[in-house]
Amino acid sequence: MERSWEDLIQAMRQGSVRALSQMITAVENRETGWHEGMKAVYPFSGSACVIGITGSPGAGKSTLTSVIARRMAEQGLSLGIIAVDPSSPFSGGALLGDRLRMQEISTLPGIFIRSMATRGSLGGLCQAARDVTRILDASGKDVILIETVGVGQDEIDVVRASDFVMLVLFPGSGDGIQVIKAGTMEIADLFVVNKADRDGADEMASEIAAMLSLCAFEDRPVPQVVRTSALNRIGIDELMSVLTGIVRERKKRRLPGSDEVREEILELVEREISRLVRQDLAKNGRLQQSVDLILAKKSDPYTAAARLLPLFVRSSGACSGQEGRP
Amino acid sequence: MDQQGKIRVLIAKPGLDGHERGARVVAFGLRDEGFEVIYTGLRQTPEQIVNAAIQEDVRVVGLSILSGAHLSLTQKVIEGLRRNRADDVLVLVGGVIPDADRTALKDMGVAEVFTSGVRIGDIAALIRLHADAVPVQVQP
Repeated sequence: MERSWEDLIQAMRQGSVRALSQMITAVENRETGWHEGMKAVYPFSGSACVIGITGSPGAGKSTLTSVIARRMAEQGLSLGIIAVDPSSPFSGGALLGDRLRMQEISTLPGIFIRSMATRGSLGGLCQAARDVTRILDASGKDVILIETVGVGQDEIDVVRASDFVMLVLFPGSGDGIQVIKAGTMEIADLFVVNKADRDGADEMASEIAAMLSLCAFEDRPVPQVVRTSALNRIGIDELMSVLTGIVRERKKRRLPGSDEVREEILELVEREISRLVRQDLAKNGRLQQSVDLILAKKSDPYTAAARLLPLFVRSSGACSGQEGRP
Repeated sequence: MDQQGKIRVLIAKPGLDGHERGARVVAFGLRDEGFEVIYTGLRQTPEQIVNAAIQEDVRVVGLSILSGAHLSLTQKVIEGLRRNRADDVLVLVGGVIPDADRTALKDMGVAEVFTSGVRIGDIAALIRLHADAVPVQVQP
């Protein structure tokens, strides 16, 4: 890759949209030297407010995101929007359709929308989303909205890359108990009951509020519950006043917690180890040998794993030079 | 690591016709071929399409046009890409395109015109050929 990360970052910080989007591609694709690019980006990041928007498919996340983004842009804030959709586990391809509902805001000044595919768990959505967030942050965006897929582990991953999480629900998507048992109580900082023009919205909102009153929130404020209709523009003022408060608060506080930093380092290390393991075992054919043995019913996955790990450690030299050994 | 370095494709429908079946068939088909397809839906202005192509950093823009306005709409999209120094993006046109207009579209810079009956595999092959032949040019 004949280019200097510094040039690209400088161009991006001067407002080149093309440089910004190319920087994201390079890092998302984990092109050679991407670590260097992120090292150069890091000092410029840390001032944007990152809001995760999650909720089940069809809850209205994209429409709500687009309404919020328009309001924020009107307030003079610049925004980066990351819209995540799933990759096909079969072809590895993806159909990224969130932009469909956001096209009308995509040409507003200061708004940058980027669709991201989950690319399987191997890619590590959490780290990829975190990296893209950081790039947008460094390019000077005030607020970053991450809209998630709507199902599964990817949600939790995205949440970990955000400062604040908004959970979008709608009447008919289950009662308060469903919300709690899905484990979403812990991740949400704000509950939005969207499609509030439909029957059952009030009941749902009060049920959630009642549930919340039973939970202990020691280290953070009790999440609010807001009713909206993104399509009919109902309840948006109330939602915006909560979000504006969040953005303002975020500007005062900067440093990420030590837990977050520790987790990120561990994740980067784990990701790299996993990559090396796959590369190493695939290269020398040991993996296939084990697979063949198991298929021939001469071994089992547990034995194979126990046998392969020390071989990998030895061949990668992971233990050499440690702890002062000669 | 075949999950990485995905080829990103934008499928867009410029102009006013509301027939999106063809665009969807192509979008789904290309997803099944392993591409990351960004679908922007109906009634897009050339400005919105160019904007999406730049922000999404796609290698390919596929325009589906059945309205008869393919010459002027395609021209505007190509000019927009050039203005943004994104002329390395492969532009494909599909839909209802009279044979007589093929040459005019290609002269504008369209790589290929795909009308009904074409196989998805042929479109995919052309995209892969382009992606291999034209390395990414970074122009900050």
